[in-house]
Amino acid sequence: MDDYNFAYLDEQTKRMIRRAILKGLAVPGYQVPFASREMPMPYGWGTGGVQVSAATLTPKDTLKVIDQGADDTTNAVSIRKFFERTAGVATTEETTKASIIQTRHRIPEADLTEDQILVYQVPIPEPLRFLEPRETETRKMHSLEEYGLMHVKLYEDISQHGDIATSYAYPVKVEDRYVMDPSPIPKFDNPKLEMAAIQLFGAGREQRIYAVPPYTKVVSLDFEDYPFEASKADHPCDLCGSEHSYLDEVILDDAGNRMFVCSDTDYCRSRRAEGHVGRLGDSEGEAA
Amino acid sequence: MGAQVKEQDMTPLLQVNALTKMYGPRIGCKDVSFDLYPGEVMGIVGESGSGKSTLLNAMAGHHAPDQGEVVFDTRVDGPVDTLKMSEPERRMLGRTDWAFVHQHARDGLRMSVSAGGNIGERLMAVGGRHYGEIRTQAADWLGRVEISDSRIDDRPSAFSGGMQQRLQIARNLVTGPRLVFMDEPTGGLDVSVQARLLDLLRSLVREMGLSAIIVTHDLAVVRLLADRLMVMKDGHVVESGLTDQVLDDPQHAYTQLLVSSVLQV
Ligand SMILES: Nc1ncnc2c1ncn2[C@@H]1O[C@H](COP(=O)(O)OP(=O)(O)OP(=O)(O)O)[C@@H](O)[C@H]1O
Ligand SMILES: [Mg+2]
Repeated sequence: MDDYNFAYLDEQTKRMIRRAILKGLAVPGYQVPFASREMPMPYGWGTGGVQVSAATLTPKDTLKVIDQGADDTTNAVSIRKFFERTAGVATTEETTKASIIQTRHRIPEADLTEDQILVYQVPIPEPLRFLEPRETETRKMHSLEEYGLMHVKLYEDISQHGDIATSYAYPVKVEDRYVMDPSPIPKFDNPKLEMAAIQLFGAGREQRIYAVPPYTKVVSLDFEDYPFEASKADHPCDLCGSEHSYLDEVILDDAGNRMFVCSDTDYCRSRRAEGHVGRLGDSEGEAA
Repeated sequence: MGAQVKEQDMTPLLQVNALTKMYGPRIGCKDVSFDLYPGEVMGIVGESGSGKSTLLNAMAGHHAPDQGEVVFDTRVDGPVDTLKMSEPERRMLGRTDWAFVHQHARDGLRMSVSAGGNIGERLMAVGGRHYGEIRTQAADWLGRVEISDSRIDDRPSAFSGGMQQRLQIARNLVTGPRLVFMDEPTGGLDVSVQARLLDLLRSLVREMGLSAIIVTHDLAVVRLLADRLMVMKDGHVVESGLTDQVLDDPQHAYTQLLVSSVLQV
């Protein structure tokens, strides 16, 4: 625990962040400004998510940190170590055992429960930024519910690519009111945004917090003749055989051999532990 | 002029009453009043700095005037002072029944969005959610402003100045507005390009039965487009009337000067 206050931030800062979180939960999808603090890590490393996690953690919590679905990437490992050291909380790689999950770029495959909180790291919270760089104007558009511009972006996608090419950070409308950037998760994850757990989004550099309370309506924007599709690689996982999980493509050798594996490493491991086997896996959970 | 007949039995589309806009102690425009009837085109002329743009922007709600009323005959509630509307109501009007054509096309276009997206924006802003229909309408409007629909996916930056201005007009007219504000729509264009744009504007105004208020310092533009004319000097309207009457038989000394200086050019 060293000389730090519990979870690094001082109590006053945590209270300020909690107020922003509560306001965010009260107005789902609305971006609440907050006074982001310097954290002992660069922006882009999830300082927004880290501050939200710090303000949310209690000593009894069990924390899981994932980056692109994996617990063992540098970013995930360093954030997990940070909270082990500054908060002394238990950590886990098992989705079901975690009470707080901080994530970058994925929603876990396993359904989350009412006892869990999912904290997202957000680089750019403003979904309208792409076409309207003026902050004063985007704020007005949100407050007046002027969201035509979001569809201009989708229109441009279709006219250039033949379909909606946006595959990450796919915009959603929350509870029929605010248009929200769900952070750069694959659009495959969008349907999961309607879940039992609390979802909190933290953008450090942009100083914004927003939230989606449990069981909130979250609709992905689309056109009548180009409906939203939660697409993924048309392939089962080569290790666990799952047909329904989001996959990463892995290059195996110079000859161009590839394999598809679950991006959610905990999900894949637990399926293999249950005896599921994919094309290149064995029941012991080792790749061939 | 049809406008004279209409005045008997019609509610004005727009009633401007004693509109005044000050810039500190300096007059922007002072005590301007007039009625605009459906289907009528009003020209506003005057030298540089006479207050034309100030008046136009005050009417269009781009900046708040100090005094006066701008009463618009809304579809649902009839005549309403737009200056007393809430901001959402006024912005909604700006996307539906009103349109504003800027002198510089880049002020009225999204330069990073394709021509089709530029035209489609207002449709999507009022709830258009069918890509195929939006695209069909965009292509149709490109045709109406004489741009090949093969350019539908090009950005305005790849267009000539005249094409950009025609695209801006298409983008504004696609939702069938009832009142169009235009600030020097032909300014900054080559003379031959100006003539073509004027012809286009004239036929669109006639086809759609548009009401319009056109600011210009070019008397040829008002001669061609405007039913009526207001002449401004130092923020005041010094003379107004039917276009041909004002231009052929100017009463005010300043108008006489304006008309004669044009004849000399
Ligand atoms: N933002 C401003 N602040 C202060 N004074 C202004 C402002 N805008 C315009 N004015 C002044 O108000 C007067 C009217 O200006 P306005 O732009 O309306 O003229 P205009 O008739 O449109 O001229 P032009 O033909 O050059 O466009 C001028 O004296 C001008 O200097
Ligand atoms: Mg002007």
